[in-house]
Amino acid sequence: MSDLLRLSGVHTHVGRYHILQGVDFVVPEGQTTMLLGRNGAGKTSTLRTIMGLWQASAGEIRLSGQRIERVATPDIARLGVGYVPETMAAFSDLSVQENLVLAARDGPMDDGRVEWIFGFFPALKRFWLSRAGSLSGGQKQMLSIARAIIEPRKLLLIDEPTKGLAPAIVGSLIECIKEIKRGGATILLVEQNFHAARELGDKVLVMDNGSIVHRGEMAALAADVPLQEHLLGLSLETHQ
Amino acid sequence: MTELASTDPLPKPKRDPLPALLPVVLALVMLPLVGSTSSWVTLTVASLAMGMMIFIMASGLTLVFGLMDVLNFGHGAFIAVGAYVATLVLLPLAGWMQADSLLSNLAVLVPAALLSMAVSGALGAVVERVLIRPVYGQHLKQILMTTGGLIVAEQALYALWGPDIIPLPLPSSFRGSFVFGDIAIAKYRVLAMLVGLVVFVGIQLVLNRTKIGLLIRAGVENREMVEALGYHIRRLFLGVFMVGSALAGVGGVMWALYREQVHASMGGELTVLMFIVIIIGGLGSIGGCFIGALLVAMVDNYGGFLVPKLALVSNILLMVAILMWRPRGLYAVTSR
Repeated sequence: MSDLLRLSGVHTHVGRYHILQGVDFVVPEGQTTMLLGRNGAGKTSTLRTIMGLWQASAGEIRLSGQRIERVATPDIARLGVGYVPETMAAFSDLSVQENLVLAARDGPMDDGRVEWIFGFFPALKRFWLSRAGSLSGGQKQMLSIARAIIEPRKLLLIDEPTKGLAPAIVGSLIECIKEIKRGGATILLVEQNFHAARELGDKVLVMDNGSIVHRGEMAALAADVPLQEHLLGLSLETHQ
Repeated sequence: MTELASTDPLPKPKRDPLPALLPVVLALVMLPLVGSTSSWVTLTVASLAMGMMIFIMASGLTLVFGLMDVLNFGHGAFIAVGAYVATLVLLPLAGWMQADSLLSNLAVLVPAALLSMAVSGALGAVVERVLIRPVYGQHLKQILMTTGGLIVAEQALYALWGPDIIPLPLPSSFRGSFVFGDIAIAKYRVLAMLVGLVVFVGIQLVLNRTKIGLLIRAGVENREMVEALGYHIRRLFLGVFMVGSALAGVGGVMWALYREQVHASMGGELTVLMFIVIIIGGLGSIGGCFIGALLVAMVDNYGGFLVPKLALVSNILLMVAILMWRPRGLYAVTSR
């Protein structure tokens, strides 16, 4: 299986802060790679750097072999990268439909694709003409993910989709992402919820202090309680 | 698959009619205070006309701030440039302007307005590239650069056209009033209201019915996410800046005809008023800018009639009152 995304020695400075300090990893095509770590470890910064929202101050980022660390954010998006930020970032003044119209940048939305998304997220069909600002947190998260998949993308960067959501909604969201996985998507998923990570991840990366401190199979980490406690300060049993 | 949160009650589109009712309520409250119906109609029409012209001039300013967080204190330069450029057409063809034929008048006015829009828009592109782009995200530098730009523009206009005020009489078809009994409504004010309404409806249609409009509305709210969806927000911003400058230019022509004179500091004199309007309306909101412009004009006209001594501070008082009610303006569309 080839590597869709490769980061080599990536450093990122934000103001005078040295956030990423030599990040190296690969994201294999067609798999879901979990990016775990404590708060402030650099997970969100990694996604923002890949997306070009913060520019890497050193190192290489390659997408399908093409260097993108100096490419502008819109051009990275047009290379096939979908981004779901931690803040959801649904355009609250726009309707659900208008949010998706914008995300379908290559032309009118494909009806089949929209129905496919409605299969994951029936609530979006119900609230199609409602302002996104009036949706609940879970519905906004659905919309944010739907926006990223309204057209086929090479790579999805998803930042903490379960954050702040009720447990029942988290369960549904995990099922949704599993469906997207079954469609063959390549996903780099930041998650604090270890249960979600175990359910979704094929590979796992653990960050600490701006660099990768562990990489391997998600199943292996899920089975190794001492390693979880060492890397994340918690174990799966205490974090259901 | 679980139907994610679909059992939640159907959210209702949020409507907020209160700000839109304010001008109506204010006008009705003023009726008994003004006393005479004819004076009230005259003041109300004058307010609507003035408000529409201010809206045309300020609409670009609010979008520019909402979309890119740019404080453009030089926006008034486009107003003055627009008015001066119009004189290049209006003065040589003064005979057509003074002919008793609406067609002859329009045959001069329309090209003058189009030329003003073209020159102001092109100037806007240059200003965005040279003055604004190097200072994105730096408010203090934006204020310094754009204020400096306004001063340079004013001095350049004095150098090119001379220091004297240029008289600009109204076309003959728009002089005088429509008279209904003891009520007289100035013809030019009706024209200003119509043009203002057309511009407002046009902007609303673009913002609500086109993809470019959706992008502008989305960009005002979260420009980073618009970029992450694959759109170059700076190209969009350049377009908005040019259109906003062009509107300021045509607004300048209308304002000059309203005052029947052109001078280089006319734009600068309107800058504070425009900022009051866009702050009252909610930065980035076209609807808010429209209502804010009407309110400012109404307070100016009614206030000037009822309590002339309050005229100098009436708009500031209005802004304070609105911001105490709604700290982010009538229609807050950004978090700023």
